[in-house]
Amino acid sequence: MSLSLAGVSRAFGGVRAVDDATFTVADAEVHGLIGPNGAGKTTLLNLISGLLQPTSGRIELDGRRIDRLPPHRVAALGVARTYQNIRLFAGLSAADNVVVGEHLRRHAPFWPRLLLLPSAQREERAAREAAEALLSRVGLRERAGTPAFSLSYGEQRRVEIARALASQPTLVLLDEPTAGMNPNEAAAVARLVREVAREGRTVLLIEHNVRLVMEVCDRITVLNFGKVIARGAPAQIAQDPAVIAAYLGDGS
Amino acid sequence: MGQQALNGVFVGSIYALFAVGYTLVFGVLDILNLAHAAVFTLAAFIALALVDAHLPLWLALPLAVAAAGLIGIVLERLAFRPLRGRADSNISGLISSLAMATVFEAIALQIFGPDISRFPQGTFPDRMIRIGGASASLLQLCIVGTSVVLMAVLTLLLARTRLGRQIRAVAESPRAARILGVNVDRAIAMAFFLSSALGGAAGVLFGLAFNSISPDVGRSVELKGLAVIILGGMGSVPGAVVAGFALGLIEVFTVAHLGSSFRDAVSFAVLFLVLIARPRGLFGRAAAREA
Amino acid sequence: MTDLFLAYESLFAFVGINGLLALSVYATLCCGQLSLANAGFMAIGAYTGALITLRAPGVPFIAALAASALAPALIAVPLGLPVLRLRGVFLAIATVGFGEVVRLFFVNWDYTNGALGLVAIPQRTHLWTIALALALALYVLGRLRGSRTGYALEAIREDETAARTMGIYTTGHKLAMLVLGAALAGLAGGLEAHHTFMVAPGGFAFGRVVDMLVQAVVGGTAAFYGPVVGAAFLTVLPEVLREAGARLGLAPGPFRLFLNGAILLAVILYLPNGLVSLPARFRRRARGMA
Repeated sequence: MSLSLAGVSRAFGGVRAVDDATFTVADAEVHGLIGPNGAGKTTLLNLISGLLQPTSGRIELDGRRIDRLPPHRVAALGVARTYQNIRLFAGLSAADNVVVGEHLRRHAPFWPRLLLLPSAQREERAAREAAEALLSRVGLRERAGTPAFSLSYGEQRRVEIARALASQPTLVLLDEPTAGMNPNEAAAVARLVREVAREGRTVLLIEHNVRLVMEVCDRITVLNFGKVIARGAPAQIAQDPAVIAAYLGDGS
Repeated sequence: MGQQALNGVFVGSIYALFAVGYTLVFGVLDILNLAHAAVFTLAAFIALALVDAHLPLWLALPLAVAAAGLIGIVLERLAFRPLRGRADSNISGLISSLAMATVFEAIALQIFGPDISRFPQGTFPDRMIRIGGASASLLQLCIVGTSVVLMAVLTLLLARTRLGRQIRAVAESPRAARILGVNVDRAIAMAFFLSSALGGAAGVLFGLAFNSISPDVGRSVELKGLAVIILGGMGSVPGAVVAGFALGLIEVFTVAHLGSSFRDAVSFAVLFLVLIARPRGLFGRAAAREA
Repeated sequence: MTDLFLAYESLFAFVGINGLLALSVYATLCCGQLSLANAGFMAIGAYTGALITLRAPGVPFIAALAASALAPALIAVPLGLPVLRLRGVFLAIATVGFGEVVRLFFVNWDYTNGALGLVAIPQRTHLWTIALALALALYVLGRLRGSRTGYALEAIREDETAARTMGIYTTGHKLAMLVLGAALAGLAGGLEAHHTFMVAPGGFAFGRVVDMLVQAVVGGTAAFYGPVVGAAFLTVLPEVLREAGARLGLAPGPFRLFLNGAILLAVILYLPNGLVSLPARFRRRARGMA
């Protein structure tokens, strides 16, 4: 699944959170999106996933225009995401959160369930097992029944990733998935991201952990004040004067 | 037509006074206080009881209003403060205010009975005054005057005094207000005092105006009050004032042209129209729609 | 034993009807929407059923009941589409407005005798009819929990925005539950009309939907049977305590109101997940002590 943004802008009142952004993400690529705080990275993700509409420009998925679609339609096209502030369903267990993520993949009409047909019971069992398998993948199988609000910060982020993968997406948007994690956890997430890309999924990754981004990403786009200031391979980006200048004030 | 406009202003002034208290609490706590109408009713009864006990009206009125304010403080302490910080505080606040409203109504019913009570004859001098081609009773003019004065006092209080600034700060952001040293608990309690005092004043004036006080008198005003605060914009005091008078005028003109059976329907028509076309009303800031 | 049963038949009937009504409010609460339109839906159902029975006596009762459920369900759709976009308290207010508009409509409609309503409706409702309807409603709602739709509803309640980005068509789900709630309320209205012989607008005022909400909340919305527990509790309790109230010198009306209010306050402050959460509380308390 390839993603392309052309001249995308989003203004709030007089402020341009995203200003004429243009870049592409190739199929099965791990693409990093970095920049100082407030650069407009999360706003971009909100625009792609359909929570916001751009004030100008186009967003396309495999050549198909998506910027006027509501979020559930964008998701149906194969886009899944995690959130900077973690938006798990707090009252639900880890496994239940992942099952919700399977919504688009499940074929579970209500009549068989109402009539207690075995086909319905089989489908439900399969859904629960798939959820547990995904939790295993992020190393949280034993926490399947734990309510989400009592998981640790790092665990919650991992459940959110499992939930995003549950719909078998072709484009995964990750918003600071390793924030608050220790180096081991973060490395595990990095490995998972590369695995996901090997499966043929495209990943767009917002991260503040610049070293991780350099290691994991095929290409990187850098934002500052809503504008794209650099694009290219990690090695290029690391030496780009504009990028260095943008980060100098950040202390990274 | 002038007569109708006068009637509209008269009825509108009571709606506005009632709605101002309603919207003040919403602005500060983001919760709809469904016990507001019960305070309205209780205040009317308290005034009535004081007058029956031979207190002169000019004394009974402020006492009833003060009592209403105190009831508001009790209400906040019992039903709203314990819920602060809860994730579902909007719905649970609604429900707990409903609970208190039921309790207040039960108290009114027990003490005063279900029948209609009236102020004794001669409570207020019976005089008519002519303005232009229309006539109004002295009572009506005093009611409009009192409402306007009370609303003006509140507006000045909110704009010019330290307490007013604190209340407005809490309405913006309780956390920021606390960091700035505002005693949030006290500010909220005072907001409730003011809100209920005004709601109570509206009740007393309503009781005097229509001379028909019963435990369920608050109900129809409560629903009209909702239409007013929606039209004016939730949380906006000037909005409530403007919308209150507007609704009073709209109602009077609708009755004049379409008949009295449409009187109540018109407030709901207004309510729906606003919610569908422009949910934040005339001056509201709160986002009324989902993302 | 049968004497006791007959004496309390009416009480059981009301427990059943109130149970259906509480479930009708639960239908929208379980996806996080506070819809207070159900007194209006109930009125539409009650009048529909009553009119069919009175004007077309040959129609079997079950058809009249089906119409009681269907009429408000159909009306729920054009109501829901504009109104479900509104958040929290605005939705609540809009639906309260709807309920009042329905009531005013019937007050002013001469065909149904306005404020006097329809009377002499034959009593076609039996206790088993109510029990059957309630059992059916409980079964459907129980099966909903844990189904794909049920998961979607819980997601919407917890975080509607996140749910949308998971492909859940939230407006459709919310509308479906509004329609289901309308059908349940309408059915309850039809059952009640044929039990109490009459239908009048006064029975569908704001206070009615407040009762439904109170019963659903007191019972607890964490479990699908919670609202029925609340309905049973709050319908039976005033009867049980009527003696006590009289002895205290309190008139039955105010006493019942006071009790409702006090219980509701106690529940919302100290037992926010309702009566159904009591067993879990006791278990935790016992474990803590052991």
